[in-house]
Amino acid sequence: MNDTNSQHILSYALLLRVWAALLALTVVTVGISRIDLGALNIWAALAIACSKGTLVLLFFMHLKYESRLFAWMFLAALCTLCIFIGFTFLDVLYR
Amino acid sequence: MSVDAHRDDTGARMGMWLFLFSELLLFGGLFVLYAVTLSTHGEAFAAAGRELNWVLGTINTLVLLTSSLTAAIALSAVQKGNSALALRCLWGTLALALCFLVIKYVEWSSKIHHGLYPGGAQLAERPEGQMAFFNLYYVTTGLHGLHVLIGGALLGWVVLKIRQGGVHRSNFVLLENSVLYWHLVDLIWIFIFPLYYLML
Repeated sequence: MNDTNSQHILSYALLLRVWAALLALTVVTVGISRIDLGALNIWAALAIACSKGTLVLLFFMHLKYESRLFAWMFLAALCTLCIFIGFTFLDVLYR
Repeated sequence: MSVDAHRDDTGARMGMWLFLFSELLLFGGLFVLYAVTLSTHGEAFAAAGRELNWVLGTINTLVLLTSSLTAAIALSAVQKGNSALALRCLWGTLALALCFLVIKYVEWSSKIHHGLYPGGAQLAERPEGQMAFFNLYYVTTGLHGLHVLIGGALLGWVVLKIRQGGVHRSNFVLLENSVLYWHLVDLIWIFIFPLYYLML
């Protein structure tokens, strides 16, 4: 982190590829949701949403190119969210 | 002020990320509420969910993903010194944001027309789980729509700044942070879409 104003310019081609992947994943998730797979529908939808979210975070939001500290901060926020969700369900399911 | 003031762009971005984490927790709370209501009112909650128009939801997803692409390209363009392209892309993002809100308006008005809104007569006659679904649907997509409005206003302001020369290839942190906010709005929609329109 010596150069605090460092630049990482993403090429238009890379951004377009990420966008194409996001559109493709949207088509896949809509397609899967039209077939009845029972509980698998929920896991497929969530897994695809997480992959799309990861693409947005890493490339559109430049998390891949930021200093490592940003990734750790993001993981801390994610863990907080998981504890929040997990503990709520410990209460709801086993009350 | 042409004097070289101290600038810390990484610090500015870090501040933005910290703010975005608080936004994640805000929407996280609504997602927890969704999951808990689904587990307690399963069938009625899901039945109401299937009444949403998944085609409009899909179109809005494509619109928002594309608006994120143009925002991301605008940042790269400013970094390369191509302000003209950046302005065109940002206008594109603003047009797509408007398109998103118009589609949302159509969706909401068709539901409201059928009396399906918090406190609406038709909704009051439905089972508790269905009421819970529509209340959560309005709160979540309403709060998200508010974020679209704020993000659009922010990007509109950045458009002015670029035109006035305040944002350029050696000072673009304002654009970076506004674009980060816009991507967050997109990121949250990426989760709202399957939860409300596809899974139930």
